[in-house]
Amino acid sequence: MDLLSFARGPALWASLAILLAGTVWRLWGIFRLAAKEDFSEPRSTRLIAGAWRAIVGGMIPKDEFRNSTTLATSNAYLYHVGLAVIVFGYLPHVYFIERLTGLSWPPLPAAVAYMAVAVTFVSLLIALMYRLTDPVLRLISSFDDYFSWFIVFLPLATGMAAINPPFPSGAAPQTPLAPVPVALHLLSVELLLIWLPFGKLAHSFLVFISRGMTGAECARKGART
Amino acid sequence: MSDLDQQHPLELDAPRFRVRKPQLRVDKQGALDDAARVTAALGGFVRDFSRATAAHMEACVHCGQCAQACHFYVTTRDPKYTPIWKLEPFKQAYSRQAGPFAWLFRTLNLKPEVTIEELEEWQELIYDSCTMCGRCTMICPMGIDIAGLVGLARHGMFQAGLVPHELWAVAERAKREGSPLGATAKVLKERIEWLADDHDVEIPLDRPHADVIVTLSSIEIMKYPQSIVAMAKVLNHAKASWTLRSEGYEATNFGMLSGNAEWQRESSMKMIQAAIACGAKTLVLPECGHAYGALRWQGANMYGKPLPFRVLHISEFLAENIRNGSIRLKQLGTSLTFHDPCQISRRGGATQAPREIIAALGAELREMPSTGDLNWCCGGGGGVVTIHRADDLRYRAFEIKMRQVEDTGAETLATSCANCRQTFDDGQAHFHWDKKMASLLELVADNLAV
Repeated sequence: MDLLSFARGPALWASLAILLAGTVWRLWGIFRLAAKEDFSEPRSTRLIAGAWRAIVGGMIPKDEFRNSTTLATSNAYLYHVGLAVIVFGYLPHVYFIERLTGLSWPPLPAAVAYMAVAVTFVSLLIALMYRLTDPVLRLISSFDDYFSWFIVFLPLATGMAAINPPFPSGAAPQTPLAPVPVALHLLSVELLLIWLPFGKLAHSFLVFISRGMTGAECARKGART
Repeated sequence: MSDLDQQHPLELDAPRFRVRKPQLRVDKQGALDDAARVTAALGGFVRDFSRATAAHMEACVHCGQCAQACHFYVTTRDPKYTPIWKLEPFKQAYSRQAGPFAWLFRTLNLKPEVTIEELEEWQELIYDSCTMCGRCTMICPMGIDIAGLVGLARHGMFQAGLVPHELWAVAERAKREGSPLGATAKVLKERIEWLADDHDVEIPLDRPHADVIVTLSSIEIMKYPQSIVAMAKVLNHAKASWTLRSEGYEATNFGMLSGNAEWQRESSMKMIQAAIACGAKTLVLPECGHAYGALRWQGANMYGKPLPFRVLHISEFLAENIRNGSIRLKQLGTSLTFHDPCQISRRGGATQAPREIIAALGAELREMPSTGDLNWCCGGGGGVVTIHRADDLRYRAFEIKMRQVEDTGAETLATSCANCRQTFDDGQAHFHWDKKMASLLELVADNLAV
């Protein structure tokens, strides 16, 4: 079995299995605990609406905090949106997802995806620089923060190496023109999938739970989120 | 008992309990050894863990934005005051002992064990520099209830006997005498007789039956007795059937603030039982922020079932009675800025009630830039105002409020929390500031239409 077959086969399935098992285990760690019964008279019973309001509203920084958080929030927006554009909009990724799930959609123009790569690349570097230089971030950062950054940056770097020679548009070849860089890129993505449920990257699913619970609690009290 | 009883005697007769040398230090109560203190602290922290608290412990992405919402960080720029950092030993313990990957963290020693030195160092962060105002939750992109987690950490710290001495002492006095400031039932009775005589107002005490039971803050009883007169005036004006009850009048809850869940329950149960005894349909809480959180949102959970009466903050009671026409007001004709008590507005949801009252008073409300649910705390909540070694830090946080108030240019400054009022009075004296904090209840009482 060559490296590409390994990356496309056993490594991919193993990483997906770990992603799934780790996610379930981490969620179980939360949901195994009882939700405390609250006997206080609620001001509102629209708790689910409150949870959604917090989940969606949490994406928009509050005016009162704009002065202090604009830079960090804008940068976070850049790499989150950039990564989404790359993962779901770049033609080879659309083919990859189609092979895996049978689902497909029209890709974005390659130029847009390449632009997203450039923006995300710079944005992630800014995030790291910010973490290394800001006194608050330096104090509160742990191994998880730096390793998670590396784990996200790695597929971007290996992906950029795999772009050359360019992917021919129009059809998905069975064997990439540069199999080793593509295999390394795949393996780096698989490393990300393996790490995701264990570290802070789990915020990709935990965000709905923590924001939602706070939103429901605030709705109960009639307080703003 | 506390080791400070010997090292730094308390001045029990001072307006606030004082320690003669309030410099930074670590306070300890009880005779537990270090290992037992660590075990008690971490056990007390996770004992009341629920699904929501676990979700919050898991969610932090270490973005550090909470620092920008904290008055103690913003005014000092000291990273240790970053709200989520205040929980660091407890996060560490959670990862090792209670989290979903605890076995992995322990086996590979990915997180070190919490030490007594860390807990001692964190005493300042858990108590002196957190008013549990909850502003950090409003900025947190993950919506983490850091104030709630600090409350749980205080449970652990109390179990370990690691509470700042003055806060421990007022909580212990409340447990022993029924009031943190010595406002015992006897003192209350004497005060009421004196106030009723002096102000020619009826203040019913221990009526066997009443629709409304009124509770007070010991800060009001001892420091702002005119608030009791104001309370009586508005209730009499509204022709309410009401009473105070000597078996359950004290609304402050230093058990909650210091971290003793059992003392918290005892304080709440006194008011609950008094309300039930007189068949009250409504319990009115005084102008006190944490009393609102303790009884309105946690009281029924202490009772173990829904309360058989409504719980209203006095501002909610006033707004409701203004709305239904029972209270009629003269026009104040002044400009006014309102300081929101965090536990009533942001964490209590009663943000609009005082604004309705201010509108009914005909005052021109000049809001501060960050107001209502996003107000800046006065710096004295969460028991911080009792901790003398925290004074310098608290004064720095208070500077935000002074700037905000000055910027409004309002003639009158009002709030609906005696603890905030006390913090403002202390700040006013410290900074020789010419603004005086007024009570919204007293403004209403002084402007009742005949």
